[in-house]
Amino acid sequence: MAEAVMGRKVIRGQKPPSRWAQFKATMGAWGFMGPATVLVLVFFFLPVVILFVISLTDLSSSNFSDPLTFVGLNNYVRLFRDRFFPKILGNTFFYVAVTLSCFNVGMALLLALLTTHINRRAGFFFRLIWLLPRITPSVIYILMWRRISHQPPFGLINQLLAPFGVEPQYWLFEQPWLFVILVNGFVGASFGLILFSSAIEAIPRDLITAAKVDGASTWQSIRDIVLPMIRWPLLFVTTYQTLSLLTSFEYILLLTEGGPGLYTTEVWALTAYKRALKTYFGHNQWGYGAAWGFVLVIIGIAMSIIYLRVFRFNELVQEPKIDVL
Amino acid sequence: MKVELENLTKRWGNVVGADSMNLDVKDAEFVAFLGPSGCGKTTTLLMVAGIYKPTAGFIRFDGQVVNHVAPKDRNIGMVFQSYALYPHMNVFQNISYPLKLKKIPKDEMQKRAQRVADMMGIGHLMDRRPAQLSGGQQQRVALGRALVKEPQLLLFDEPLSNLDARLRLSMRSEIKRLQMGLGITSVYVTHDQVEAMTMADRVAVMKDGKLQAYSTPDELYDRPRTLFIAGFVGNPPMNFLEMEVVRENGDYHARREGFDVVIPSDRGEKAAGKGNVILGIRPEDITISDEGTPAEVFIVESLGRDDLINMHIGEASIHVLADPVLGLKMGQNVRLDFNTHKVQFFDPTTEKSLLWA
Repeated sequence: MAEAVMGRKVIRGQKPPSRWAQFKATMGAWGFMGPATVLVLVFFFLPVVILFVISLTDLSSSNFSDPLTFVGLNNYVRLFRDRFFPKILGNTFFYVAVTLSCFNVGMALLLALLTTHINRRAGFFFRLIWLLPRITPSVIYILMWRRISHQPPFGLINQLLAPFGVEPQYWLFEQPWLFVILVNGFVGASFGLILFSSAIEAIPRDLITAAKVDGASTWQSIRDIVLPMIRWPLLFVTTYQTLSLLTSFEYILLLTEGGPGLYTTEVWALTAYKRALKTYFGHNQWGYGAAWGFVLVIIGIAMSIIYLRVFRFNELVQEPKIDVL
Repeated sequence: MKVELENLTKRWGNVVGADSMNLDVKDAEFVAFLGPSGCGKTTTLLMVAGIYKPTAGFIRFDGQVVNHVAPKDRNIGMVFQSYALYPHMNVFQNISYPLKLKKIPKDEMQKRAQRVADMMGIGHLMDRRPAQLSGGQQQRVALGRALVKEPQLLLFDEPLSNLDARLRLSMRSEIKRLQMGLGITSVYVTHDQVEAMTMADRVAVMKDGKLQAYSTPDELYDRPRTLFIAGFVGNPPMNFLEMEVVRENGDYHARREGFDVVIPSDRGEKAAGKGNVILGIRPEDITISDEGTPAEVFIVESLGRDDLINMHIGEASIHVLADPVLGLKMGQNVRLDFNTHKVQFFDPTTEKSLLWA
């Protein structure tokens, strides 16, 4: 009773906070969020808006000095009617799905598990080796791969396999997808590898000891303890690498240029780049290329939303707790 | 189950974890490994669990060498200081995990997990995650998980160190009662000598990877074989004073500057004529009286039931437990009466007891 009365008194005695006080209270929040917000606006939101506007025009290197002509959704209609649209879309999903599952997540997880279950120093050494492709300049890295898979009488593979009676061939030409995926996968695996192995090493030793004493084999302790405990980095890497593979094309450009032949290894981002900025006759179709780019942005956003829903990220992000131990 | 350690040794390069440990644990016995941190007690425990492979020596379970038996095949239960509960599993899943690995049918698993949980008083918390439990509840889950597969050997690695003082006290008696009731052979690692003394049937005192003593709590307390044991066991710790024991007119006198006490002959004769020896006496065996050795009160610490008083006898400093009613003050001069039937003597170079060699 007394408390209730006192409580009411306090509320009655309080003035509603002034506008100035409210402003002051939110100032700190704005101050901290401000720089990031400006960055997102200037470097993501604005470019996307500009991209969309350009995609509605026929802007190209032949008419850029004239006033802009808006052509409505013509560029999009042209895009979806393109004879190679299904092929490029299929290529893109094949490239992302196979590279992601085999290397960026699969190989990364396998290597993380292996390098954390061997001698610490040896594990560190192997992780370092797997970082090399990432820190090698892309042009040099691709040159190496091209030398490896070069046509006879050249090519490292040919030279190595010749003693075993394997017919020399132009490997890159015969197996373009294999090399596109290997080239990207060897770079991509290290990202997940670093995240997964640090997550695995952060699992308290006692938990693994407890599992062993409880009767778990190494495989069972990985399945029941390690994997559930690195769920968050697993999902993060899957999502992040999906999006980064969707938009990556530089290794493919340098390795096969989307070939051999017509659109054999051409992915969406590469098409957008070629239409907008690189054509054989120097005719850059900025408006049409922007349409390709904008559709890719939409695909990326859609994928993000799907991942957020499917993986229920909100539930994964827990309140941080300060651990006493 | 009987456990024997024979010359058990663990080395990592030049670092010695455990050095030629020899001891046996009888069936249903409760043994504590006691020692300061880094003494090798946990290393030894992890070898018994099968997590560490011994560098040399043997571990026998019921006479069978188990050095190369995997932890999962040793049928042991283990409780950790950190509880080591699986954070992504709820209480039921945590407790039933050992049964799941044994491929025990679901309904039996349910029954056994529930029985153990009820025994531990956490039967109503089965669908909680560890993060939603208090420290005491977490430790009960950990105990339940260790007990559910009905192990032949229970290993405890400082299980109470993370609990608050009151809870530690009640869990201490609960674990002891549980162990006695179930009759499971147990090894309990602790640095807390009160835990070791109150819970264990026998205590293995360890230091620098070596076994210092292995005997019952009473024997450790009353007949410490080394200076280390005498100083480590007992709280507040034993006082040590360097002095000489001489025989005069048929009496044995322990003497140093400002100190001359007659020692009963059964103890005195073993220390007499050995030059400088170390006399050990516990704070509770010294009383403040009207006559005896003069001393000066230096610091008074209130422990509630007693005052712990730091006194100076000449150059030497000793601790005495005194009744707070006496109201001793700093700088006050008092006289001390030593219970000479409880004094210990140690050789200052070998640090071995002169009485219980």
